[in-house]
Amino acid sequence: MSTPDTAETEVPYGIPLERDHPFDPPAAVMALHRGSEMRRMRYYPDGRLGWLVTSHRLARKVLADTRFSSTLGGPALAPIPMPGLEAYRDFEGDFPTTPGMFIELDPPDHTRLRRKLTGVFTVKRMKQLEPRIEQHVRERLDALAAGSRPADLVAEFAVPVPSMMICELLGVPYEQRDRFESDTRAIFTIDAGSEAKEAAIMRLYGFVGELAAAKRANPTDDILGDLAADAELADEEVAGMAILLLVAGHETTAKMLSLGTMALLENRDQWDLLRARPELMAGGVEELLRYLTIIHTGLIRQVKEDMEFEGHQIKAREYVTVSVQTANRDEAHFIEPDKLDVAGDAKGHLTFGHGVHQCLGQQLARMEMRIAFAGLIERFPDLKLAVPAAEVPMVTGQNFYGVAELPVTW
Amino acid sequence: MRINADTEACASSGMCALTAPEYFDQDEEDGRVVLLADAAEDCDGEVAAAVRLCPANALRLES
Repeated sequence: MSTPDTAETEVPYGIPLERDHPFDPPAAVMALHRGSEMRRMRYYPDGRLGWLVTSHRLARKVLADTRFSSTLGGPALAPIPMPGLEAYRDFEGDFPTTPGMFIELDPPDHTRLRRKLTGVFTVKRMKQLEPRIEQHVRERLDALAAGSRPADLVAEFAVPVPSMMICELLGVPYEQRDRFESDTRAIFTIDAGSEAKEAAIMRLYGFVGELAAAKRANPTDDILGDLAADAELADEEVAGMAILLLVAGHETTAKMLSLGTMALLENRDQWDLLRARPELMAGGVEELLRYLTIIHTGLIRQVKEDMEFEGHQIKAREYVTVSVQTANRDEAHFIEPDKLDVAGDAKGHLTFGHGVHQCLGQQLARMEMRIAFAGLIERFPDLKLAVPAAEVPMVTGQNFYGVAELPVTW
Repeated sequence: MRINADTEACASSGMCALTAPEYFDQDEEDGRVVLLADAAEDCDGEVAAAVRLCPANALRLES
């Protein structure tokens, strides 16, 4: 049982996003976490009541329990005020799900679609991609070295590396990135408005649908080609699944590469340690994932039937937000969680989620980050910020926290 | 200790193959867990970590 005094203290306006320190969760969120593991949260974008879970223990428990449903509806819903979603307040029944978007589905529907893709993202398959990722990284580093200083690491390195790689895997022409990169950002921009987000999603369905149709006529050996040729999948499911891989496959890793670089530069001893001991890189990537937790708006579930959980009565249709950023700073699970320690043990971080929805592309993301950070450190050992850290423009208004630009020089 | 894997529950995250590659692999078709050994000496180290980290609670250690 939680202490009633603190557990019943409501969070009235959703999760605060503004930070005092670029790498630490907002102090107000950390204070909630210290107060109790789970509490009422009043403000969800559609006005529903719900809960906020902040501890590592309960975060794992909620995410592994399929009574907490992933079917929510609404474009990239986050527990923060968002224009346009008030319309959903009196909506009865289930929101319609977007075809193919298996992150919004529960088993067995979720399992049916996810298992079409899991063979492509195994540890072994990602290991086989190493030379391709190395080549993309090398080319971007060459371009950086040949270009002018200072350079924006976001545009020149952090975005193109994962974007090129997911395009190659899916079979989406990278030259057409203007047809998905800006729409991806619109979907994940919290105050973009539901109309703008829906329009962005529809454009993506159009773009990917065209590609899939072309691949049905002329089969190709890539993920979208395989999905398009799969007789068990409806056309709109194929498009939805490919969109999910495309949008989740570049923006997240891009944010980690740029924010991770900034964190290493601002903790120079950690940069130097990875430079001196490259064998620490795999663990260092886990630590950066834990320490920075770019999914700062958390993960949301919806309860389908009245239930008791940890001494709380949760009612059907209530939302539960899992605050991953506080779970990853939980002293009950991690040693000195507020310190970046690339030699430490970050195992068990929840940045990729937990439960059956745990990130499908996590092994790709790991491989990209290891190779990209290692390449950057080796090629530009004296890399530094070209502006004071306080002047780096931070992005708090998107579902993934990070930097908008990272001016660097060497 | 015997290692028990529930392939129905498996979510193919690859956490076990990443954490204890000598004991766990993934099916080539759908990424589900494949046991490379059905018993483990190492019960405090990698295997125990893999069991603990499995997101789908698909792994068990039984004595």
